[in-house]
Amino acid sequence: MIYSLLVLSSPVSGQGAQTAAAFAEAVLAAGHTVRRVFFFDAGCYAGTDLAVFPQDETDRLGPWIDLAEQQQVELVLCISSAIRRGQLDATEASRHEKPCASVHPAFTLSGLGELVDATANSDRLVTFGG
Amino acid sequence: MSVTVTGKKTLVVIRHTPYGSSLARAALDAAMAMAAFEQAIDILFLGDGVLHLMPDQDSAAIGVNNVGKLLASLPLYDIDSVYVDAASAAKYRIATYDTPIAGQFLDQAQIQQLLSRNDHLLGF
Repeated sequence: MIYSLLVLSSPVSGQGAQTAAAFAEAVLAAGHTVRRVFFFDAGCYAGTDLAVFPQDETDRLGPWIDLAEQQQVELVLCISSAIRRGQLDATEASRHEKPCASVHPAFTLSGLGELVDATANSDRLVTFGG
Repeated sequence: MSVTVTGKKTLVVIRHTPYGSSLARAALDAAMAMAAFEQAIDILFLGDGVLHLMPDQDSAAIGVNNVGKLLASLPLYDIDSVYVDAASAAKYRIATYDTPIAGQFLDQAQIQQLLSRNDHLLGF
């Protein structure tokens, strides 16, 4: 079965974002496909490469990087949600004349069309948070 | 980009207040994007989400866009139907004749039918 995930929760508030990463891992382990994870609204903070977590808390970014690099899961941040939250990749940082990129390269920035496509072409779309 | 028209029906469920967070605007943006790509899309205002339908909204003092005016423009985006949780609307004294966009007011059983007959639910 083809799944897509819509992540609305911030990684630093509540469990939604962490549950989404665990769900994606479980979906893949069960032999299904994850077409795309679309991060929207506060969910876009998941892509930050600049956050520092205390050593006694679980790493929020690591599970997503593993999904992207080891399982080739596509991670897309909604571009309009992301840039207003300071989540910029190198292209956007340059375009908006900001001092540095803040998004980890495992993530891409794109428009809501990616969510529409994920919805149209997945058997299940599962929302986390909101 | 182009997206295949699949014949699937998607329902955007809005449960949050219009000015309490950015989530509500995100939901409307998602609905408008779905419609722009010619997907079959409906919206359900549920629980506190019915506050979107308050008449005569004025958001100038808080520096954000007027959600009522945005809703009034939804018919231009080809959004098929707008549904409203009638019990919550009654709680907030929102009358059927006075909303920024015409909606169908549904009771609990009708809401259950609506949720079950859509292929995808986007819960905001």
